[in-house]
Amino acid sequence: MDFWTEIPSLGRSDLRDLKKGIDASFKSFSRKYGADIEAFFDPLYFFLVKLEKILIAAPWPIILIIVAGLAYLGSRSWKLAFGSVLSFVIIGYFGMWKDMMATISLISVATIICIAIGIPIGILMSRYDRVQAAITPVLDLMQTIPIFVYLLPVVMLLGIGRVPGLIAVIVYALPPIIRLTNLGIRLVDKDVLEAADAFGSDYRQKLFSVQIPLALPNIFAGVNQTIMMALAMVVIASMIGVKGLGMPVLQSIQNQYLTLGLMNGLAIVALAIIFDRVSQRYGKRLQAHRYGKEHE
Amino acid sequence: MSKTKIEIKNLYKIFGPKDKSYVKAVKDGLTKQKLLDDHNHVLGLDDINLSIPEKKIQVIMGLSGSGKSTLIRHVNRLIEPTSGELFVDGENVLSMSQNQLREFRRKSTSMVFQKFALLPHKTVSQNVAYGLTIQGVKESIAKERSHRWIDRVGLSGFEERYPAQLSGGMQQRVGLARALATDAPILLMDEAFSALDPLIRTDMQNILLELQEELHKTILFITHDLDEALRIGDNIAILRDGRVVQEGDPQEIIMKPADAYIRDFIKDINRSKVIELRSIMNKKVKGSGKGLKLDMTIDEALPILNTSKNNSFSVVDNNNKVLGSVNLDSAINALAKDSTNDVAERYK
Repeated sequence: MDFWTEIPSLGRSDLRDLKKGIDASFKSFSRKYGADIEAFFDPLYFFLVKLEKILIAAPWPIILIIVAGLAYLGSRSWKLAFGSVLSFVIIGYFGMWKDMMATISLISVATIICIAIGIPIGILMSRYDRVQAAITPVLDLMQTIPIFVYLLPVVMLLGIGRVPGLIAVIVYALPPIIRLTNLGIRLVDKDVLEAADAFGSDYRQKLFSVQIPLALPNIFAGVNQTIMMALAMVVIASMIGVKGLGMPVLQSIQNQYLTLGLMNGLAIVALAIIFDRVSQRYGKRLQAHRYGKEHE
Repeated sequence: MSKTKIEIKNLYKIFGPKDKSYVKAVKDGLTKQKLLDDHNHVLGLDDINLSIPEKKIQVIMGLSGSGKSTLIRHVNRLIEPTSGELFVDGENVLSMSQNQLREFRRKSTSMVFQKFALLPHKTVSQNVAYGLTIQGVKESIAKERSHRWIDRVGLSGFEERYPAQLSGGMQQRVGLARALATDAPILLMDEAFSALDPLIRTDMQNILLELQEELHKTILFITHDLDEALRIGDNIAILRDGRVVQEGDPQEIIMKPADAYIRDFIKDINRSKVIELRSIMNKKVKGSGKGLKLDMTIDEALPILNTSKNNSFSVVDNNNKVLGSVNLDSAINALAKDSTNDVAERYK
């Protein structure tokens, strides 16, 4: 009768041994190779720290000029450039300048790495159906697995600090750029590809002069999503010691500092809006030809 | 008879995962319908044999689903045949390696597409230069050559525009210029003018005929429009269910349709504007009166024939050599030959 009421299960002690065994072997693995793996990520650490130091050390007016310049170049809108500068000034005025610089450097590095890894993987997926079939479930996993579950092994291997935080952000923010690169290339008009074939293009010529340019709006939507997801991870990353706007939010949750939480939270929102609007406008300009407008 | 440029022999195309295994059955008489019903494979091309002459316009005509677009894509191997042979200048296209094939596509063939298939992110000038760019031609030379062709198709001043800024007719001029820019001797035109409205289509046909007079390319032109086929074709092959049902020069097809399908096909055309005197002249009798040219249509000849109802007029070639004669009766008979024709009704 037990069969109907109790689901067959591994005995309690067996289960405990299994967990213990895996934990122990992972621990010994991390003890043995942890240092090597950390060393492997050292360049990343230096890059991140360097960028953060430069951003913090730079005189604030120069940062504002750069922000205005980038916002204008991306969006071609003075309004947006002015709004960005204004947000930065307000954030600085309320004492969050350094944290903001730390967050921006984290987001920038994470985005650059996501682009560098994600676009080539997306291209491979678009070219080979098998690669797509193999990678899609991995992406699904990356997007659905609770963040804390993969934070744990990362922390065990690398300890707490910027690099594990960065890796956590990258794992979370990588899937959209891969997916949208793959999708964008696959959606390129078959007629145009056939024309490229008919004129004797080889794979590289087709990829660089037809597929990627025509997929750019989608690829750019992926970059935009990646930035947004990286920003969303800022608070969680602070739990494993990443400095920036997330840290005070975490503190305020633990200590019920309402105003501190609100201010830093709003600063993150402001950054998100600026990044989003500028990158979206830029993405739109990339497809100006579709609406029959001249390139600027 | 000019030299054969493209030779297609026993070409079969079956669409489906086990295409090769049905070739024998199809050769032994398995029909298209049965292949689809019993084996879920589609017979695209069924034993195509065509010799396409050099420097002529060969039209392949058929309704949708007849396999004409499939056929044209075999010439540059955008589609691989299931079985058969294909030679261009005596060279076996099907045995080419990928590299040879690419070289062949770059140098020997170029293509114009029904939906234009321009690169939307490139300017007119870059589009026209596309074939040259991928051959590695220097940018300045490619640009100069592309501008010459843009000028030739009447688009000067639009070099820096994007395709989306142009009308359909202008876009197809870009498509034509792009195809001509590589100087490939074979031009494949897949329903190139079908997406254009009638006036623009006539316009484009004129441009093509004009260009052909000096370029003398071997043109394979796909269309579903009989008027277009008659207008530009030196030779017409009519395709039905993947099979060539009749092949010959336009006059032959009009005067001697091979079967009911083709009779049905040609019944709505204006015979008087298509049939030329050479098709209706009596070769045994030399006429008198004014010499009429061989390639004059009945429509053009009628007013002259009507001036002297019982007389026969002589028909002459371009050197004014008399080859035969026509009279009003023979002209009217030619128009009335097809009893379903409205024109025939009127002359009863």
